[in-house]
Amino acid sequence: MKPIRIFFRSISEAFKSVFRNFSLSLASISCISITLILVAVSVILSYNVNSFTSDIEKDVTIVVFVDNTATSEESDLIGKTINNIANVTEVYFQSKQDIKADMEAESDTFEAILKEYDAETNPLQDTYLVKVSDIEKIGDTAKEIKKIEKVELVKYGEGMVEELVNIFDIVKNITYIVVVALIVVTAFLISNTIKITIQNRKREIEIMRLVGASNSYIKIPFFFEGIILGFLGTVLPILICCFGYAYLYDILGGKLFTEIIKLVNPDLIIYNIVLITLLIGVVVGALGSYRAVRRHLKI
Amino acid sequence: MELIYFKNVYKQYKNGVNALVDVNLAIEKGDFVFVIGASGSGKSTLIKLLYREEKPTRGDVYIGGIKVSKLRNRKVYKLRRKLGIVFQDYKLLPKKTVYENVAFALLVYGLKETEIRKRVLKALDQVGLKGKYRSYPDQLSGGEQQRVSIARAIVNNPKVLICDEPTGNLDPETSKEIMDVIESINKEWGTTIIMATHDKDIVNRMKKRVLLLDKGMLVSNKEKGGYSK
Repeated sequence: MKPIRIFFRSISEAFKSVFRNFSLSLASISCISITLILVAVSVILSYNVNSFTSDIEKDVTIVVFVDNTATSEESDLIGKTINNIANVTEVYFQSKQDIKADMEAESDTFEAILKEYDAETNPLQDTYLVKVSDIEKIGDTAKEIKKIEKVELVKYGEGMVEELVNIFDIVKNITYIVVVALIVVTAFLISNTIKITIQNRKREIEIMRLVGASNSYIKIPFFFEGIILGFLGTVLPILICCFGYAYLYDILGGKLFTEIIKLVNPDLIIYNIVLITLLIGVVVGALGSYRAVRRHLKI
Repeated sequence: MELIYFKNVYKQYKNGVNALVDVNLAIEKGDFVFVIGASGSGKSTLIKLLYREEKPTRGDVYIGGIKVSKLRNRKVYKLRRKLGIVFQDYKLLPKKTVYENVAFALLVYGLKETEIRKRVLKALDQVGLKGKYRSYPDQLSGGEQQRVSIARAIVNNPKVLICDEPTGNLDPETSKEIMDVIESINKEWGTTIIMATHDKDIVNRMKKRVLLLDKGMLVSNKEKGGYSK
């Protein structure tokens, strides 16, 4: 089978070329490795930021205080109305007796103070705890709840939540920009290596042309060479990131500094990291060599 | 129809040099033709038009039914597979053995290993180098290197063998041997030979058809011609 034979010859030519100029290949593989390590670290970072953000978002709750003059029917109606708001995912009712019991259990001081009050004179208020799906619209949702009759007060830690969300958005965007920039740099590195290979093999290419090699037969090995370089460049980053992150996760006990910042379990993301790094290496290798062949292989 | 056919061919290079002016000629299958002329007479240009290294400015060149003058870059390889080309500087790959250098031409076609082996050995036999197929080019004499390049040129069984000053770097004795090889290919394989040369002795001795170029014009086209006018 002619095409299959030509395909395998192209691959073996590409491998030969990688090893023939081994010092050059090694230099570019090292550069690609360093770049991809940074890329993989950024990806891990972005996974963790995402998970932390969503953890925090899950914790953000709107507290709705019900007016003490509300009857129990009115109070139920408030619950139902809140439940009908589009952004609301969960509504949980806490009566003032429950809150009183909770607070008494929490500390002796509270217990001493609250003992003075019975069910009738309880100064606390019934509350609804509300979770939302889209944290960025939490302000609007709070305003909407505020409009409901007999709702006295709506609290959700205004300002703090928005700030946190903003900061994480910025961190995420910077990570994306860094990753994209590094990928572009890698593509240029590979392109440059292939360019040098092409120059080294000028004579061979000239003779190939003379004896009747088709353009694709001449060009394809260079694509494979770029792909091989990209692939070899992923080996070290994958090893470092998989074992390094798992090790770090174990040492830190799955959290960063405090219980609040939980790290993502390596088992959940390691395959994705491997896949992403491999894909970036190979695709970038192909693109880099494509560019070099387009610009420097004039046949 | 003739194997090779030039019709009102002009070639002007970008620097304004008129390398060929209104050249018309026809070469039959199995012919042996010398192209001679002083330096700058257009010999090399005529040869380069044959293997489509250059395109004519005007006019048409046909080889074996292919309109070479209008051939797209992408399709040039189809023409080259029907040609064998031999150069003054051999153009061998120094890191490949004699066998690999000759096989190179067939590898690019995607032929089977056994088929390649058969053809390479046949070509090396034809040029008298069968015993040296494991050597590297720098272990061979100039004449032997030129034989390797001839073997590479004929290994694909070309219709036309184009030779651009094949004896330019060789002493008279070796040149004669090379000419014997080329003539045997012409006689035994029926391959059409077109050879540009400066070597008066060879042309005068071999009594073949001679095309004489002067300032880009084809001034004489003689059967069994010689170098002297």
